[in-house]
Amino acid sequence: MTSMMSSLKSAAAAINLSKITCTFASLAKPVARPGDRPGVGAGDYTAVCEASLTVARGEFVSVVGPTGCGKSTLLNIAAGLIAPTAGEVTVFGTPLKGINRHAGYLFQSDALLPWMSAVDNVIVGLIFRGIRRADALERGHQWLARVGLSGHGHKYPHQLSGGMKKRLSPAQVLINDPDILLMDEPFSALDIQTRQLMENELLDLWSADRKSVLFITHDLEEAISLSDRVVVLSAGPETRPIGEFAITLPRPRDVAEVRMTPGFLELHKQIWDILKAEVQKGYRQGLAA
Amino acid sequence: MSATILRVCQALLLLASFALWQVLTASGVLPPFFFGEPLKVLEKIWQWFASGEIFPHLGITLLETLLAFLFGTALGLGVGLWLGLNRLAATLADPYIKAMNAMPRVILAPIFAVWFGLGVWSKVALGVTLVFFMVFFNVFQGVREVSPVVLANARMLGAGRRHLLRHIYLPSAMSWVFSSLHTSVGMAFVGAVVGEYLGSAKGVGYLILQAEGSFDINTVFAGILVLTAFALALDALVSLAEQRLMVWQPRHEA
Repeated sequence: MTSMMSSLKSAAAAINLSKITCTFASLAKPVARPGDRPGVGAGDYTAVCEASLTVARGEFVSVVGPTGCGKSTLLNIAAGLIAPTAGEVTVFGTPLKGINRHAGYLFQSDALLPWMSAVDNVIVGLIFRGIRRADALERGHQWLARVGLSGHGHKYPHQLSGGMKKRLSPAQVLINDPDILLMDEPFSALDIQTRQLMENELLDLWSADRKSVLFITHDLEEAISLSDRVVVLSAGPETRPIGEFAITLPRPRDVAEVRMTPGFLELHKQIWDILKAEVQKGYRQGLAA
Repeated sequence: MSATILRVCQALLLLASFALWQVLTASGVLPPFFFGEPLKVLEKIWQWFASGEIFPHLGITLLETLLAFLFGTALGLGVGLWLGLNRLAATLADPYIKAMNAMPRVILAPIFAVWFGLGVWSKVALGVTLVFFMVFFNVFQGVREVSPVVLANARMLGAGRRHLLRHIYLPSAMSWVFSSLHTSVGMAFVGAVVGEYLGSAKGVGYLILQAEGSFDINTVFAGILVLTAFALALDALVSLAEQRLMVWQPRHEA
């Protein structure tokens, strides 16, 4: 049933990951583990195994899973930063080669260019695309205003607060108007109030032009409150999706308020029932390592 | 202690050591023939500047320093970027770079004197060999240690190879170059003076060499003091340049 759904969607999908396997050669002393598959060297680490995932046009998909389960690997494959060991990635129906030019990527950690001022950071994508600096600057200042950083354009990243930097990153990505937005726990470093503000702002930005979003998080509540669909990953290694839930809560949503509704709580319970076992598995592995 | 008092104390320390030097040599505890006499040393320095005799020599030494610094930095930056980005070339060149760095390069001065003559260029060549490695190793390191997240971000934002070089690797390498700037300016200065000392017709190193030949120890000390003062001035200049050019870096409070 699930596979039929995803094959139907894949026709027009923004991103389609099909049976992706990603194995990293181990640098450590090779130790054969039980269950090593033929063709994979002993000691190699298979982060993701035969994982399939689809993001439809205009859909907001969140991927949740225990810490260290390979969520980011999956996202980097969709971004074209990592080539999968096996499997196929298509972007709007075209097989992906190299960097995914349709995608903007919001990183978990600080990814601003420290040697550029705030406004130069925002327009750097336009400069890479060969747009004239004067034109780029005009749009850059518009975006600075949009993320509430007017008047801070001349400052360097180290002169901005943590929250300001977190607002700058989306401007840097969204000014290029990507069709797809890839997000790797972009709000995980923020306190809960700022985080909810930023989540609401993200929903506002998203609802304006409905980009296709692949959002990685370990926070189930965040995933449910933002998404159209939540995909649960198993604990690593050899991560794969083990559950998929359509989030039918009405939009527009307020991320703080939606958490109190019965529909949200029901979904949270359903998903947590599956996720819990994986989180415990991941925790035990973490202790053993 | 406030900054002014600190400065006054530092000046007093300098004065005291000169006084001690004067007392020891005047009383004959230290033979003036070997240890010089501070008053005569200062008199010599005064005489140099008053007559203007020192300026052409200083000019030559500073010119050599500047040229050695510029060429050495440019070369170190270019080769560092190239090898930093080209793993095969880096592996290939690795033992030779280690060997050239291990070599006591001051010993190249006679060869440079033969190749480039006794003028400015043999000193510049010596300074370049000293500065180059300083800058090269820093740039090499800087390129290797570009934050992978910043690099991935730039690639996702649409940077091509040339953009990465211009907007990521170069600025990152420059921050490392600047962190070694004080040392490399010092190296350029050492190259110039040692080169002059080993064979020249002009420069402060040449003045010292001449004075030593006639056992004029006071003039040797005068030359050393002038060189020290100018090394300090160069260092202050570098600090100024650093402050102006590296505004993007958080200031490390001592």
